[in-house]
Amino acid sequence: MTLGPEAILFYVLSAVAVGAGLQVILSRSPIHSAIGLVTSFLAIAALYVLLHAEFVAAVQVLVYAGGIMVLFLFVIMLVNLRDRAPLRMRWRGALSAGIGALAIGAMLFAVGRGRLAAAPIGAPAADVAAGVGNLQAVGAALFTDALLPFEIASVLLLVAMIGAIVLARDLGRDLGREPGRE
Amino acid sequence: MPVPPDHVLTVSLLLFGVGVLGVLTRRNAIIILMSIELMMNAANLNFVAFSRQHAHLTGQVFGVFTIAVAAGEVAVGLAIVLAVYRRFSSIHVDDVRLMKE
Repeated sequence: MTLGPEAILFYVLSAVAVGAGLQVILSRSPIHSAIGLVTSFLAIAALYVLLHAEFVAAVQVLVYAGGIMVLFLFVIMLVNLRDRAPLRMRWRGALSAGIGALAIGAMLFAVGRGRLAAAPIGAPAADVAAGVGNLQAVGAALFTDALLPFEIASVLLLVAMIGAIVLARDLGRDLGREPGRE
Repeated sequence: MPVPPDHVLTVSLLLFGVGVLGVLTRRNAIIILMSIELMMNAANLNFVAFSRQHAHLTGQVFGVFTIAVAAGEVAVGLAIVLAVYRRFSSIHVDDVRLMKE
């Protein structure tokens, strides 16, 4: 069985995504973790393009690789960087990791042997069939079928913004003095 | 030739496993938030893969919502990290145990 260019690209990008994810949890410095995280985000965005979800890919690059990474980098710069224990495995951590590995193995087995492996590869998405772009189709779905969740998401973002401002407000005032503020 | 859906699910599973491992083993609050982001991305990849498999756009719409919720979660989470650092001068989750004592 020969692999098409799409499949080769998929496997390369998947390896990049998982490898960069490993860098996130393995590296000692949080800056290196952030670089691994943005690499993983970009590889996953490319995977979205391969899966014909161009709008989600654009949102992923804008929101994750743009906004969220800037937030992470700012906080990494603001707090103290010394990392005492990179990937410290206590017995409880090792036990949970073992259980997690078992669960992941079981799920891999189920995915490989289950109904989905034999399922036919899906037809092109509805937007391609309808002759309109992915952005137009997703936008139409957002503003017709998912209008209420869309508005609720905007309210949620507003609440999150206010909450973040309130929580992080008087950082500059308190940094210099003793943290006891009972 | 398109990619079979179970391979996408396997990649998503591996990403989720990496995220779980990070949450369970690291004690740096920022790294834990990053691992949570990895897990949300894995779930999002599943949504998009199923959207492709079923030729239905709902998965992609839900993916956009997931990204919006993740953005809010990161903003609040990092603000909490800053507040914790202000109070304890540390962002290691083992140092924050006032309610245990």
